Amino acid sequence: MLTLRRLLQVGQKGTRVWRRGCAGSPIPTDDIINGLTEEQMQLRQTIHRFCQEQLAPKAQAIDRDNEFKDMRNFWKKLGDLGVLGITAPVEFGGSGMGYLDHVIVVEEISRASAAVGLSYGAHSNLCVNQLVRNGSHAQKEKYLPKLLNGEYIGALAMSEPNSGSDVVSMKLRAVHKGDYYVLNGNKFWITNGPEADVLIVYAKTEPSAKPSSHGITAFIVEKGMPGFSTAQKLDKLGMRGSSTCELIFEDCKVPEKNMLGHLNKGVYVLMSGLDLERLVLSAGPLGIMQAVLDHSIPYMHVREAFGQKIGHFQLLQGKMADMYTRLSACRQYVYSVARACDRGHFSAKDCAGVILYAAESATQVALDGIQCLGGNGYINEYPMGRFLRDAKLYEIGAGTSEIRRLVIGRAFNAMFK
Amino acid sequence: MSARVLVGVKRVIDYAVKIRVKPDKTGVVTDGVKHSMNPFCEIAIEEAVRLKEKKLIKEVIAVSCGPQQSQETIRTALAMGADRGIHVDVSGKDYENLGPLQVSKILAALAKKEDVRLIILGKQAIDDDCNQTGQMTAALLDWPQGTFASQVDFQEDSLKVEREIDGGLETIKIKMPAVVTADLRLNEPRYATLPNIMKAKKKKIDTVKPSDLGVDLSSQLEVLSVEEPSQRQAGVKVETVEDLIKKLRDSGRI
Repeated sequence: MLTLRRLLQVGQKGTRVWRRGCAGSPIPTDDIINGLTEEQMQLRQTIHRFCQEQLAPKAQAIDRDNEFKDMRNFWKKLGDLGVLGITAPVEFGGSGMGYLDHVIVVEEISRASAAVGLSYGAHSNLCVNQLVRNGSHAQKEKYLPKLLNGEYIGALAMSEPNSGSDVVSMKLRAVHKGDYYVLNGNKFWITNGPEADVLIVYAKTEPSAKPSSHGITAFIVEKGMPGFSTAQKLDKLGMRGSSTCELIFEDCKVPEKNMLGHLNKGVYVLMSGLDLERLVLSAGPLGIMQAVLDHSIPYMHVREAFGQKIGHFQLLQGKMADMYTRLSACRQYVYSVARACDRGHFSAKDCAGVILYAAESATQVALDGIQCLGGNGYINEYPMGRFLRDAKLYEIGAGTSEIRRLVIGRAFNAMFK
Repeated sequence: MSARVLVGVKRVIDYAVKIRVKPDKTGVVTDGVKHSMNPFCEIAIEEAVRLKEKKLIKEVIAVSCGPQQSQETIRTALAMGADRGIHVDVSGKDYENLGPLQVSKILAALAKKEDVRLIILGKQAIDDDCNQTGQMTAALLDWPQGTFASQVDFQEDSLKVEREIDGGLETIKIKMPAVVTADLRLNEPRYATLPNIMKAKKKKIDTVKPSDLGVDLSSQLEVLSVEEPSQRQAGVKVETVEDLIKKLRDSGRI
């Protein structure tokens, strides 16, 4: 029984070579506790295996080189699995499923490589789901099939060099000329920017509107449209391999028919999309926390000090308990809010809440994970440092922790107006 | 095109899980341990589904013998492309005693009942490593067998099977109905896609009892003791060939 098992473990597609004691076998997720349906458990099992076999062995190199060389091919495989458009309708090649299913997939991809998980989130939620929610029939027909089979990579552009948290102060200008809009300005920190074939871009169509949020319109921009270009890829602390860059618009002509939603009503597209973006991306920190457990708990049962496995010392038992309960509490909150969205109940306060809490927990759990591995946790031969660097992004991207607290605080203030 | 294929899918402890022996030495710990489909059974399902996709056969039936949870394994098979499932409900003491002979009797009875022309099984399961079920099933049915298959070519009324044997490959031709067991290199099983996972929900799983099939599950085997393999002792490095030979002599190996 043992010989054949070992053979299978070693002989798997994409042979795994792991440092001693680190990630011998993943720590199981108890999906009965998580309240998943049988199909959702099956979905997790499939995506978990796919990612552990096809992605996890490359994760360290993707981080080191700040490049995912095989991205296009990997995207096609995700397309074949039917997960690029989980929330997209079946008639355009989507799977017609819910946000909880989407959350499970983001979590399992991020468990193998948080950078690829982020790129996947930007593609499948930020770009695809916004098209699904706001696109016209013609726009969906034109863009969705290729975004869903993995031929196209998608992105969304909101932030600018001087407009991050205060996003409605954006300066990118769109001027109506004939049956075109002419875009001038730039966007910054755009996930998937260097690769994207289709981008959703917010621009100011009426800069003098009061309040300023009422002059924003969303557009669909294609790679190769004249006047549109991307600057160099950014060198980031974490999420390396999920490419980020600046977008430059110099008299970029975007056809009128590429307007997403209504003129000057872009802020509704933007804000409602942000809620769901926060929900779906909060699965990223869940995946990172699970990866920390997957790597640190087996290590604590191999590494010895003072004549016993270090996992049997009370201080490290405490660490395991803290890391696990933090992850479990976050997971239940994320899954509950996802289920509520699937029932048509959208709460901006809780969409901000899940990512606020999951992101800060992930940073803490990643720090604990490094501590559990001691000296080995601090060297890049082990993945623990990557988990920490990746986790930190989620306190900044999709609205900083400060903005999320503001959203939640204001929701309470509104009750007492 | 009209043939119906029966594929056995066994629920086993997942290959990535570290196995623990029960303290009373009666078996291994299975409670709360992740289970999944035996990898060789995945290869068997994949082969059957490919035959169906090439329109060489009509229907793929996935069968699993065991407790209620075996239905999860059948669902996986359905998500990979099997048409329907049969769950042979075996639990408690009967499940503990369930070995290749008992499963073979069940498979043989089902093969007759469902009028199948081909049975595809994994060459062995990664839990008990028996490697007997395919052979026994063929014997009970008095059908030809193509075991350790690394390639299967479907012809009119026969199969050309390339077998992995010691020192090379052997190609045989067998008449249908027949039993084939899958080796590791027969194919690379697919991942179930999200749409197919949802479709599998609607496919039918029938539950039958061994007694409905007239199968007696009594066993002549008794497990005396299950133990961990002994720990491998640390090795020593030697400087020269002479040292090596001396060490081997001293330890009485040569």
